[in-house]
Amino acid sequence: MRHEIALGIGPVVFRVGSAWPEPVRQLAALYAAYPPVDPARRVPDFTVRLQPTRPWRRLIRPSVFVAGDHWLPDAAPMALAHGLLAAEMGMNLQMALGWRRHVLLHASCVEKEGRAIVITGESGSGKSTLAALLGERGWRLMGDEFALLDPASGAVFGFPRLISLKNEAIDVATAGIDPRRLGPRLEGTAKGTIRHLVPAADAIARMAEPAEPALLLMPRFGFAAAQRPVESGEAFMRLTEASTNYVALGEAGFRALTRFVRHVPAVALDYLDSATALDQVDALWSGLA
Amino acid sequence: MRAAWLLVAVLRDPALAERLEARDWTALLTAARAERLIGTLAGKLDGLPVPEDVAAILADARADALRDRQQALWEIDRAMAALAPLECPVVLLKGSAFVAAGLLAGQGRAIGDLDILVPRDRLDAVEAALLAAGWEWVKPDPYDDAYYRRWMHELPPLIHVERDRMIDVHHTILPLTARRRPDAAGLIAQAVDLPRSGDGISPVRVLRVEEMLCHAAAHLLADGDLTGGLRNLWDIHCLIMEHREAPGFWEALAARAAHHDLTGPVRRAARLSARIFGTDITRSWRQSRFTDSLFAARLTCRTGWGTESRPLLRQGFYIRSHLLRMPPLMLARHLWTKWRKGYRPAG
Repeated sequence: MRHEIALGIGPVVFRVGSAWPEPVRQLAALYAAYPPVDPARRVPDFTVRLQPTRPWRRLIRPSVFVAGDHWLPDAAPMALAHGLLAAEMGMNLQMALGWRRHVLLHASCVEKEGRAIVITGESGSGKSTLAALLGERGWRLMGDEFALLDPASGAVFGFPRLISLKNEAIDVATAGIDPRRLGPRLEGTAKGTIRHLVPAADAIARMAEPAEPALLLMPRFGFAAAQRPVESGEAFMRLTEASTNYVALGEAGFRALTRFVRHVPAVALDYLDSATALDQVDALWSGLA
Repeated sequence: MRAAWLLVAVLRDPALAERLEARDWTALLTAARAERLIGTLAGKLDGLPVPEDVAAILADARADALRDRQQALWEIDRAMAALAPLECPVVLLKGSAFVAAGLLAGQGRAIGDLDILVPRDRLDAVEAALLAAGWEWVKPDPYDDAYYRRWMHELPPLIHVERDRMIDVHHTILPLTARRRPDAAGLIAQAVDLPRSGDGISPVRVLRVEEMLCHAAAHLLADGDLTGGLRNLWDIHCLIMEHREAPGFWEALAARAAHHDLTGPVRRAARLSARIFGTDITRSWRQSRFTDSLFAARLTCRTGWGTESRPLLRQGFYIRSHLLRMPPLMLARHLWTKWRKGYRPAG
């Protein structure tokens, strides 16, 4: 690979190689605040490659194919202008397919005083937006894509890579934010317009600190404000669906999720606008003893 | 050193790992993953002092290999239960066979699909039994389906609707379009029963070790472009190392290879295994051929980034694989049909 960068995010180190300079340059700029990784000392957990679909597609009509240690053979190639997104997707894919040290929950996560809210939901449920907003309002953002549940201790670890904001959420979540913390606007991706946001400084500085899960939130965007408690059985099922490696972990995964739903109250939360959602979260949080 | 050779060197002599630096480890682990030999490597390095970050990666690989093994055994169990009423001989092939038979080649091995061999005249019954037990078609394309049924050595792949695991039902070990015609009935007739607990399911069968080697050699050298072939060669290395001292082993291997019209591939596989993994092969088989170095170069072109180098050599082997698989005119017709349907070879 002609261009290369090593990135440490939470407990995971990635090595990203690229046939083109641009994606690596963008990664270097957006991850500048993260602790540097020295490839001569630390062996990365995963390799991500951004390579041309055919040799000549490096220069002529560049087309980025995302590959690496673990990859999906039928993943569609992307335009070079979306190279940053390709790299981020590549890192997520490595995690989703290869990480075994924690139960990987497809969830965003924020922390206060050592206790965490884990926010899970399908794509479009608003979990990234909610986490991004909370991360700017007194909470420490632990991640907007994966929460890592430690089977041994029951704690959650963060994975605060760049926050990926989509479409209407971009303006909502980036209002008043220093433009230096924002990546380029990527128009016309498979998921519409995407813009990456660098987590706040404390989220990066404290990314190795675990937290005790205190609340499981299942938001639904686009419904009149409402909330209901979720039974542990339903929460368990939702978490197994939200986990990419639950099956791979076998008994360890089962134990970790069982313990999680026994100790962590779960709430389904409908919301129409972010201001109400933030109030709902505040009220829920202060209601937790 | 190219990463593939580093991988080979550490598999041959795990103690070398103690002298590796971080960048070597990165290249080694990436190449091992790309060749699907990470579980094997992790097994070989178990108990040796390695850096902390490497130890975590290897521990994950060992856990994955154990799970692969467990899953493979369960798939065997399920397939055998589905096929038991047919009273038809079912022989396990490849990774599943190595694991079920407790062979060295099964240790840490990545196992994807379940491969079984059944008599060709029982294919319809086997297919019906599997469909009834929850397996379903993967290939929706009628041309692909018809092509498989007419020309391939296996049914189109089936996948289990609940477990998401694939089964390949073979009736012989090379495509029918290939020049070589192994004796499929002979493979099945000579298969050996593995001891099984009394659960009422018919015994699991595997090929005789000589025929496992014939199959592995055919698979590696007579079918395909050798992508990922290092793992298949490792199977061959393990099978030979575990059985080479059995009385009459080499004579039996030579005889079965000749019987299946696979003398060339089997001898070459043994030579390549000796050349790359240092396998102890019988003296009379050691005389190398000029083209062996091309095969060795093809098998070891994995880089420390997990990609493959030597594009021209790979292209040559890619073309060779198609010429081996079918006569040129048929190949042209096949590619034309595929091209009209919008198929493009993946790069």
